[in-house]
This record gives sequence, C-alpha cells and structure tokens, in this order.
Amino acid sequence: MTVELAIVGAGPAGMAAAALAAELGLDTMLVDEQGSPGGQLYRAIERAPPDTPLGPEYLAGRSLAAAARASRIDYRTHTTLWHVEPDGTLFLEAAGRTESLTARRILLATGALERPVPIPGWTLPGVMTAGAAQILLKSADLVPEGRVVLAGQGPLLYLVASQLARAGAPPIALFETTPLENYLEAARHPASLWRGRRLLLKGLGWIAAVKRAGVPIRHGIRGMRAIGRRRLERVAWEDGELAADYLFLHEGVIPNVQVTFALQLRHEWDTAQLCWRPVLDAWGQTSLPNIAVAGDGGGISGAEAAVLTGRLAALDAAMWLGHIGEAERDRRARPIRAALDRERALRPFLDRLYRPSRTVMVPAADEVIACRCEEVSVGQIRRATRLGATGPNQLKAFTRCGMGPCQGRICGPVVAAIVADVLGKPVAEIGTFRPRAPFKPITVGALADLEAAESAAESIACPSSVAQPLTLPPTRAPPSPR
Amino acid sequence: MFRPRPESRSTIVAVVVEGRAVMVPEGASAAAAVLAAGFDSIRETPVAGGERAPYCMMGVCFDCLAEVDGMPNRQSCMVEVRPGMRINRQIRARRIDPKAG
Amino acid sequence: MERFDAIVIGGGLVGSAIAYGLARAGLRVALLDEGDVAFRASRGNFGLVWVQSKGDGAPHYQRWTRRSADEWPTLAAELLAKTGIAVGHERPGGVHLCLDDAELEARRAMMERMRVQSGNLGFDYRMLDRRELVDILPGLGPAVIGASWTPYDGHANPLYLLKALHKGFTEKGGRYLPNSTVTEAGAMPGDFRIRVAGGAIGAPKVVLAAGLGNAVLAPHFGLSAPVKPLKGQILVTERAGHVLPLPTTTIRQTVEGGIMLGDSQEDVGFDTSQKPAMMQTIARRALLSFPWLRDLQIVRAWAALRVMPPDGLPIYDQSERFPGAFTANCHSGVTLAGAHANLLAPMIAAGALDPSLALFSARRFDVSPAA
Repeated sequence: MTVELAIVGAGPAGMAAAALAAELGLDTMLVDEQGSPGGQLYRAIERAPPDTPLGPEYLAGRSLAAAARASRIDYRTHTTLWHVEPDGTLFLEAAGRTESLTARRILLATGALERPVPIPGWTLPGVMTAGAAQILLKSADLVPEGRVVLAGQGPLLYLVASQLARAGAPPIALFETTPLENYLEAARHPASLWRGRRLLLKGLGWIAAVKRAGVPIRHGIRGMRAIGRRRLERVAWEDGELAADYLFLHEGVIPNVQVTFALQLRHEWDTAQLCWRPVLDAWGQTSLPNIAVAGDGGGISGAEAAVLTGRLAALDAAMWLGHIGEAERDRRARPIRAALDRERALRPFLDRLYRPSRTVMVPAADEVIACRCEEVSVGQIRRATRLGATGPNQLKAFTRCGMGPCQGRICGPVVAAIVADVLGKPVAEIGTFRPRAPFKPITVGALADLEAAESAAESIACPSSVAQPLTLPPTRAPPSPR
Repeated sequence: MFRPRPESRSTIVAVVVEGRAVMVPEGASAAAAVLAAGFDSIRETPVAGGERAPYCMMGVCFDCLAEVDGMPNRQSCMVEVRPGMRINRQIRARRIDPKAG
Repeated sequence: MERFDAIVIGGGLVGSAIAYGLARAGLRVALLDEGDVAFRASRGNFGLVWVQSKGDGAPHYQRWTRRSADEWPTLAAELLAKTGIAVGHERPGGVHLCLDDAELEARRAMMERMRVQSGNLGFDYRMLDRRELVDILPGLGPAVIGASWTPYDGHANPLYLLKALHKGFTEKGGRYLPNSTVTEAGAMPGDFRIRVAGGAIGAPKVVLAAGLGNAVLAPHFGLSAPVKPLKGQILVTERAGHVLPLPTTTIRQTVEGGIMLGDSQEDVGFDTSQKPAMMQTIARRALLSFPWLRDLQIVRAWAALRVMPPDGLPIYDQSERFPGAFTANCHSGVTLAGAHANLLAPMIAAGALDPSLALFSARRFDVSPAA
C-alpha cells in the first residue's frame, strides 16, 4: 500500500497538517497511538465538557479535532509506529497485528515529552510529572486526593496548578525552582517580552489564578527530594519539609526525537532549550528530502506554533507532490509565517527564565536513579564513565542503562549530561542513545505475521540451522562454522 | 488515590482492578483505573522488586506496566478502559505458559 | 612518547581478553579503542559459549574451542573474584534443534565426524529424539523432531564479560585509551609506534584485535587479516520467569530473564540497518521451536557487524617481517574468550605463538598454484 503523505501523531501539528493536506487533495494517512485525536496537549478533547476546568486554551483544540475528523484521510487510531526506513516505508502495529506501507512523504509530528527530573525518590509512587496530572484530569476526569505539591518551573506548572484548583483539588504548595540568575538573564532581553506580550499576559493570568486560589508559592527552591518508604510521604527541600501525598514535577518539555534519531537524521543541540532537535529548514524538512517534522518535535514552541508548522509542512508536501505550485505554497504560507513569528516571540524569554538548573541535568547525589527501567543509579553511570565508557551507547554495554523498554526516552538526557560532566565535555559532543526498532514493543507473533508492503523478493541469507525453511525465503549457505 | 472531579459528568465504565469492581469515566486509561481504585503502586520492578506507579501517563516512561485482560506488561496508560476489563498489577517479570501458542 | 610493554589495538571481546591476560601476566599494556559510535562486533555477539559445531573438518579449531570452553569457568570465577562482576556463565550443555529428517541426519553425520576428528580428545555427543527433548524443553514446537546435544556448550553475557575484562584490565594497571582510533603506525622489528588523537605511544609488542579494522591495519605490520563484515540481527523479549534450562543455537534465555532470538547472517557489507524482513524470519523460525514465544513482547532489537574470516576459522598470526606484531581475529569472541585470556595472551607475553596455532595463520589463504 502506498500513500502520498503519512503523518505520525495526531496532536495539534498532526491534526492541522492532516486537515490542510486533505483539503489540498493529498492522499493522506494519519497514524496515532491514541484512540482519538488531540495528542497530549489536546488529549481527550472530543469528550471535553464546555465548562472543563482545563480552560479555554484547551477547548480551542475542539475545532482542530473536528476538522481532522471531517477530512478525507485514512485515520489510523490505536496504531503505533515501530520502525521507519529512509525510503519512506513505515511499519505499524495495531491490535497485535503488524503491517508495512510506503509513503512518498512522511511528516513526523510526535511532539514533546517532559524533561526528566531526577531528584532523590523520584521513582516513588506518588511522584509524577505535572503533565501526568493534567492528563488524568483531561482523559479520566480524575483529581488527586490528599496533599498535592507542584515543583519545578515553566508555564505548564502554573497552568496545571490553576487547573487543579478549578477542578476542586488545589495544591497545598507550588515550589518554583527557577534559579535567581535566570531572572537576571531573562531581564536582559526585554524585546522578546514586548513582542510576545499576548502569551506573556496569558502566563501572568495563570500565575494570578494560582494566587487567587490561595496556593502558597515559594521561589528559589533548591535540593528537592521525595521521601517515603513504599510511596511518597514527605517532600523536602534545602530549607524545609512538608508532608505530601503527591508531588508533580515539571522542568519544561523537550522534543521527542526518538524517531528522528532512529532515522539518523541530522540533529543539533539547542543551547537555549538544552535539548536535541532535528535540523529543519523553514518548511520543516529534515536532512532527508522526503521526511519533515512539525510541532514541538522540531523544537519547543507550544500548541499554536505546532498548528502553524503543521500547516507549513502540509503546504510544502502539497508542492513537492505536485498538487500546488511553489508560488501558491509561498503565498499561503505568508500569513502563517507572520503568525508563527508572533507565537515564537516569547520563546527566548521563556527559555532564559526557565533554563533548568544544573542539578536537574546532573543530579548531585550518586544514589539518585538515572535509568528508571533498569534501576541504574547516577553513581553507577559516573563509575562506568570513569572506567572508560565514552558515551551513552558504550554505557549501555557497561551498565544496562538504556536497555529498558523506554529505550532512553527518559534517561537519555540525564545520562548524557552525567557523562559530559565526568569527562568535562559539552553535552552536544556526547551524543545520545541510538533508538532501535521496534520503537515500542511488539510481540514475537505480531512480528512473525508481518504483512509486508511488497513481498520479500530480496534474497535473505537464512541461518544454517534451518536446512529447509517451511515458508521462508530461500537459504543461501553462509560460510559459518555453526 | 485519585477520585473523580466533583463536577464530573462523564459516562461511567465498570472495570475490575485486582478483583475489585471500579467505576471510571469513559475514555480513562487502565492506568487511571488503577489509580482511581486506590492503589499506590501498579507494579513491582523485575530487577529489584521496587514499587512503581505511572510517572508520565503518556507512554514514554513504561512505569505503568500492568496486566490487562491477561496480557502482562502492557503500557496501561495507553489502553482505554472497556466494560469488564480486568486489570492487575504487574508483579516482577511475567510468567511464561509453555502450553500457549 | 609514552612506552608500554604491549599495545593492544581494539577494545572489544578479543582485544580486552588478550589485554587482560597480558596485564595479568605483569606487562604494562595500553588498550586502544574507538569512540561511542563504532562498529563493535561485540555488540552483535549472541552470547553462546559454543563448542558442538566448531571445527568440522578442522580438528585444530575443534581442539582450540574445547580448550577455550574448558578455560571459561576458571576465567568467569576469576573475573568475579577480581572485579565483582558476574558474567552470567552457565554450562548446562546445549542443543541444536532440527526441524526435519534431512537436517537431523546431516547433524548426526556432522557430530559423528567431529567425534572421529577429535582423536584422543574425544567428543561426547548425544542425538536426542523428540520424546527426550520435550522432557527438558517445555512447550517444544511440533516442528522440532530432534536435536544434537553435547555437554560442552553454554552461554554467558557478552556485555558483562566485556565490562569485567575491562575492569580487570584496569585494576591490573592496564591503561585504557578510548577515542583513540589509530591514525598512523610505524613498525620496526620489536619496536612499534602508534599515533592516535591524543599523541603517540610505543611498545615492543603490538596486538591487532580491531575486528573489521584489522583488514586495514594488518598490512602495516607485515600481516594479513582478510576479514569481512557479516551482519547479525538479534531480538530480545521482555523479562520472563525462567523456562529454558539450556541454550539452543538460535534461542537462549539470559540470566535476567529476557529471551534472545538470533543467528541471522547477512552478507551486506558495512550496512548496520535493521531489516524487518530478517527480524520477521528470526521470529518465525523461533516460533517453530517454541510456539509459546508468540505472546512475548520484543522490547529490543539491533543489528551489528560481526567479523568473518574467509573460512570461518580464527586468524592468529605473528609477523615475520616485524617480530612482536600479532593479529587475532575470530567470529566467536565470547566462546574463545577463555583461550584468548588464558592461552593466547601468555603466548604473546612470551613472544611467540605456540606451533599448534600455526594452522590459524593467514598464510593459509595464500593459494599457491598447484604443485
């Protein structure tokens, strides 16, 4: 099966791109792991009540979802991408079955994920990301019971605090970890404040809402720790302790580069956002001409910008596939670019103000777990680095870190920062884990029954242990001593 | 524990968590159902038996692995509840049934 | 320029085993390695310590493999004692499962040849029929009709082995130099200068254990190492309670509980990309042996380039033009780790390879015109 455009991810970028691509006449497929559109930013948007505690920004996603639903696209829900090849072949899994298909162009709109916040005790039940609390509210209408503490920095922290308060579960404290020097650094660039005033006002509104709800806010918090035996019992910081049932952490979001790294596309280290991002041109095209990225997966810019970059990518795809000419593409792009500039205007200020502190990147204590899946500590990583591991991939061999099911999604940034710290090198030089197929687990049975796009006409050397394969490609005797 | 939002008007679905009936809003994930059922942890890690609960709720951290309708180690935050779904905590590594297949 | 007693080029399974053996013998050793992104055949090793099919038609290889497998328990225990790292070595014997009569018959014939060729070393094997197999291998697929078994086979964790060898090496005073691809090499009899990014080092002995890199390095030292890449892909399942009591040629359960599926071979040059078609082949073949694998999730898979000499047998050589230069290449870096650390390294330390290794010299590839 072949499609013209395959979009991976039905968040704001994917939904906007799909609707516009379909409108421009492209044969479009939209693939997403969830059962309904929205990604994480607009998760469960179709079921949102008009008086949702999540607020008007969230409700704005309804029209995006409706437009995507109304479009003539092949929309694959509950479908996971587990491998993709540079030539445009995608390998999907749904309901325990696998298949492959080709797309003439691929648009990756896989969004962002929360930066890991490796504090002592972060693996305790009761410690989650602020995004997780928001997802529970969006998708399950659930609020945490008991004493809730939010800690970290960034606009999402205030947004979630105000949403929880509106939902009837106000946090007992919000601990802001923004280092003092960040305020000074951010104040040195007032121009972006003016250009991004609309978003700035929105953010200030969230902060005001939190204050109105009576949530105590503390600034300059350092040394966050989660304490408890079998679950969280207390939250501690340099200057005090507080009994708590839930701790929601947030230190910003970073692009989900799992698929782009798997494809070995060119990436650059974003020194402002302290994360890896794929190198993109003005239309989102990567270092491969048939693959583009839109949304936060290309660099954190927020929901509105995701919609706009999704539309730019759709226009570009339409041009390359011959549905519109270059002049029309550029003409339609102009107002989108103007809007994008406005959306991105506040970003430099936010990046400076909410730059993660050093200990978020490199935990001080050796006992802190760095790799949650394999339970590898920061100390073990430091020791393995001193033993000679030069980067995350060698570290995998020495510590198993990165071999768990998350394939380094959570631990990658921490591990790289620790190695860089021990070796005295910049993080950009250290690199990251190389993601492998399957990007998400698939069963042996699902893989065995893979329906390929075209028959495996290529001759594949079969291992000598099968003298006469039953329904497998012809064997070719290898020169093996086995 | 997590409880329904006071003004929630969602349709309710009944699932079974560790043998107990639990009501959760339609569209909730199996992970949310476990949290709503009052369990602090959803699994014990295969490496050291540490107790874990969902961390990211978006399919990235794999800490929400649970047994769903008999299938072990499912990312429960990515599974939408269906009436009668059986959800159990994942205790260490899964077992293999050599008679299966 | 810093001087050592020996320089080992290549920090994989072969190089680190030799380096460990040399350091243990009291030599001052530098072990050169590349960076975080390198071919690293060690990553493609399935982890078998396999004897039963090694050296059919080449008794010297059969003997060398047996000796290595016999050294393995000692090496594993020593590494545990010295470094605290358990390399997960088990030696329960191993089976090669057969799916039809022709395969079973061919296997029986091979086992018998091995026995005959083993001479006074002896070769103990058993051909097991299905009834015997189902007792020891739960859930055996109906397609399996029999297997060959020997008591000599086992398995270990290749990466723990690598880590333990490195740690043992360092603790014996060895100097590990990563990010040190060789840029220049000067060779004189008993005097070698190697230039890397960080500077130049010298030693009277040099051991080329750079896997695929040996093909390029060897000629500088008057040697030849005509090895080619052979891609192998491996799948690993989620951890599970232990069910497999012994390894098969293509399926084994690790100490942690994950089940590894593998043994594919693709002659595709230096391409390390994963190929779903081959992954599918591995999966289907595994299901023939153990249908219950069907519901297990594959959590990880990868492809790596392994090292294949022209006839599959190791290459061990010493340079005649530049005495003191040695090469070591093989396909089975885990199986032969025992020999490399405990037999080969002492030979190198003493300055010359034992005459029993003469048949492993790359000179065997020089085909002279018919006499």
